[in-house]
Amino acid sequence: MAVIFDFIVQGVQMFVVLAFAPLLTGFVRVVKARLLRRRGPPLLQPYSDLARLLGKEVVLAENASWLFRVTPYMIFAATWVAAALVPTFAGGLIFSWSADLIAIIALLASARFFLALAGLDIGTSFGGIGSSREVMFASLAEPAMIMIVFTLALIAGSTQLSTIAQIMALPEVGLRVSLGLALVALILVAIAENARIPVDNPATHLELTMVHEAMVLEYSGRHLALIELASMLKLLLYVSLIACLFVPWGIAEPGVAPSGFLAGLAIYVLKLAVGGALLGLFETSIAKMRVFRVPELLGVALMLGLLATLFRFVSGSF
Amino acid sequence: MNVEFHAGFLLFSLLALAAAAIPLARVPRGPVIIYGAAAAIAAVAALSGAIAAARGIPLQVRLPLGLPAVGVRLQLDALSSIFVLIVNLAATLASLYAVGYGRHEQEQGRVLPFYCLFLLGMNLVLIADDAFTFLVAWEFMSLSSWALVLVQHRDDVNRNAGFLYLSMAAFGTITLLFAFGVLAGSAGGYAFADIRAHELGRLSAAFALVLALIGTGSKAGLVPLHAWLPPAHSAAPSHVSALMSGVMTKVAVYGFVRIAFDLLGPPDWWWGTLVLSIGGITAAVGILYALMQDDLKRLLAYSSVENIGVIFVGLGLALAFEAYDMRAAAALAATAALFHAFNHSVFKSLLFFGAGAVQHATGTRSMANLGGLIHKMPATAFLFLVGSFAISALPPFNGFASEWLAFQAILLSPEVPDWGLKFAVPAVGALLALSAALAAACFVRAFGIPFLGRPRTAAAEQAHEADRFSLSAMGALAMLCLLAGILPGIVIDVLAPAVNSMVGARMPVQSALPWLTIVPIAESRSSYNGLILFVFIVLAAYFSVYAIHWLASDKVRRGPAWDCGFPDPRPQTQYTASSFAQPIRRVYGALIFRAREIVDMPPPGDLRAARLTVTMRDLVWEWFYAPVAVGVLRTADRMNPLQFQTIRRYLAFVFLALVLLLTVIALWP
Repeated sequence: MAVIFDFIVQGVQMFVVLAFAPLLTGFVRVVKARLLRRRGPPLLQPYSDLARLLGKEVVLAENASWLFRVTPYMIFAATWVAAALVPTFAGGLIFSWSADLIAIIALLASARFFLALAGLDIGTSFGGIGSSREVMFASLAEPAMIMIVFTLALIAGSTQLSTIAQIMALPEVGLRVSLGLALVALILVAIAENARIPVDNPATHLELTMVHEAMVLEYSGRHLALIELASMLKLLLYVSLIACLFVPWGIAEPGVAPSGFLAGLAIYVLKLAVGGALLGLFETSIAKMRVFRVPELLGVALMLGLLATLFRFVSGSF
Repeated sequence: MNVEFHAGFLLFSLLALAAAAIPLARVPRGPVIIYGAAAAIAAVAALSGAIAAARGIPLQVRLPLGLPAVGVRLQLDALSSIFVLIVNLAATLASLYAVGYGRHEQEQGRVLPFYCLFLLGMNLVLIADDAFTFLVAWEFMSLSSWALVLVQHRDDVNRNAGFLYLSMAAFGTITLLFAFGVLAGSAGGYAFADIRAHELGRLSAAFALVLALIGTGSKAGLVPLHAWLPPAHSAAPSHVSALMSGVMTKVAVYGFVRIAFDLLGPPDWWWGTLVLSIGGITAAVGILYALMQDDLKRLLAYSSVENIGVIFVGLGLALAFEAYDMRAAAALAATAALFHAFNHSVFKSLLFFGAGAVQHATGTRSMANLGGLIHKMPATAFLFLVGSFAISALPPFNGFASEWLAFQAILLSPEVPDWGLKFAVPAVGALLALSAALAAACFVRAFGIPFLGRPRTAAAEQAHEADRFSLSAMGALAMLCLLAGILPGIVIDVLAPAVNSMVGARMPVQSALPWLTIVPIAESRSSYNGLILFVFIVLAAYFSVYAIHWLASDKVRRGPAWDCGFPDPRPQTQYTASSFAQPIRRVYGALIFRAREIVDMPPPGDLRAARLTVTMRDLVWEWFYAPVAVGVLRTADRMNPLQFQTIRRYLAFVFLALVLLLTVIALWP
């Protein structure tokens, strides 16, 4: 019975992330619009955008290969699985032991691998520029992320995300220098990975510094809908990840009453709202960077992560 | 199967095959017969290795050949049998591939006999049980592969590659000779059993370790001893390149493991730090070099340098843990190293086979001349994609499993009470993560530029699919990549006896765990299940396909590319291999390659073309190799007069040399 219940929680988690992802993106857009004194699109606009894209036919470039058509499904599947393994409203997910935090990072890297290939498939210069920049950003963002994982794993004594979240909620962890460094590094990586300002601009795709939008330029119809949904999921994943690592309170423990899950869900929605509002505020208050300044930003993230790991290696009290 | 039979079978069948290859090379069906027989022999040898590994009893035999007091000793213990399995598995598939691919070679007489001898040489190194046999086999392996490098001997580039390879191989063997000399000591027991029994002082042990690291590292391709490797590995025919890059480097790893973990006594505290630092630097530098290559096979060879670095990081960690008697952690690190060695032999062979198929189909391996091959060679493209995915350490394939184990081993190292290691390990961890991310970039490029996009030349447009033997060999390897990735527990258990013989402990039994999860230390600490993850991804993909086709319009229309409204049909407007690498060259290259980009932009109104000139320098070559080459030439010039002396002077030289040597012997303590 308990197993069945765990399966249900895992299943609910998968659909919660899928349902909330467009909402979070819509919320960030609303916040940004209000900060700019615009009325902006309605909160539910991303859902109607996805529905509209699903209804349209796919226009494929003449020399698109099978890889181009498979890629949206692979990206979506890898991102969805990764997002399903991050504790959102309930901890102790039944499949969380099948992939730890390192595997979640690697799943996102798999999605990126496919996306970068899709950018090269048609043979346009825009696709190439996007792919080549994306892999360059990733070459710094991924090691930075691994260093953050090392820091957290050394504090928690585990790389399992559920276990880390549990341990981070304990009062013994407290405020630590290494945690602060890891948080700053994680925010920098999250901004770069989600193609947000100042690294990339999600609102346009006719700008020479574009990265993510350049790779998906040739996609249309249902393929584009899947890729858009995957990038919304990725944003949700990173916000949930920061929430469950650094604000781990309120996640429903396995075995609580159904009302506990409802409370967990309410707190999770609150966390998402705060995260989305902060992201909107951050994005409106900063200007887009030149593309070759981004490696410096990510280099800072890598160095902070490395420093945090070094602190943990040198002494357990940092 | 006992070791006499194993060795005898290999020796006689491969020697006979090499002899038969000389006349058969002139017969049209000859290569097919030779490669088919080689595949069968390697398969039997792999099976024999597997049986020996499963039985787990070390086998030894002493033959009345070779040096008087030593004889030829052979053995097949846990460590050897694992490497026999790795080597012969890849050799079987390389021979199968060559049944299709090897037919197209021009001068079969230069390939077939040496191919058999090369297989024999590698196998003999693995079963040698005394220093003499080991070195003879090692040199046999080097020389036969050198002959294979020179198959296309009319090309200047290949002749230079062959010369560089020969000099580096000789250098490596000399250092190994000294290493064994130090190991055996002045008493001179050259059998491995005597060497094990011989107690070394700390200084001599350190000396032997460094010599062994140089000797085996020069064969494996550790930076800065790697310079010969990319030209030599890319000059040989592709099935030989696969063997040299995927398998011969593993024989070198075996040599290092045999000396450092088995023959040398307990490790000193700094050995691990030395080995893992060199490994980390090798991994990062190797993959950066790979990213700058235009030649597909050179790129793959540089990526081997990276993977060897990853393996040595694992070995270094194992040495460090062993030095502080942390057996469980040492077992984890050693398993990661051996697992990665196996993985690399699988996916690197697959990728070299793919590169060979591309070269055969188009006549070039320069990525600047390829493009769009996914349409003409769909099966090769798919298999190459699997290999690229696996080597980029992405789940659920095998590269991720071994990299994951290496990260888990790194996370155990804060417990080591050694300050040098406390600083080295996080840095090496960052280098490892950096090289994994750069490897993904490198293989997006290695797959994307030749296989995707539009054909850049007519040759690429007229490419054809590879033959069915090549495809089946590549298919088997791709299957192995997936299987080892989703069932890593089984691989870990197969490697366990070898790990036990290295560090005196093994990882917990994995294949008995529920759902085939792997749990290196404890479940609360970390666990990974490739199978569940794979099923999960497949289900999610299946669900999305189903949902999309239920919800969405399934209409597809083909049209011209959008490209922001300005599509240019010329294939030259695509991103090339070098433009793809430009952002990475700009970020990392300024430091490592002293890369400079000079843009010559004509002023408005001037009609001449703008030019972008990129200069890059190979600092390893300039700092390590060029001075040696200059020094050798200069010394040779100085010594030239010695060749034009009278007979009286020569006699005086001989007399003086004799006196000098006798004085040394008289004064020797």
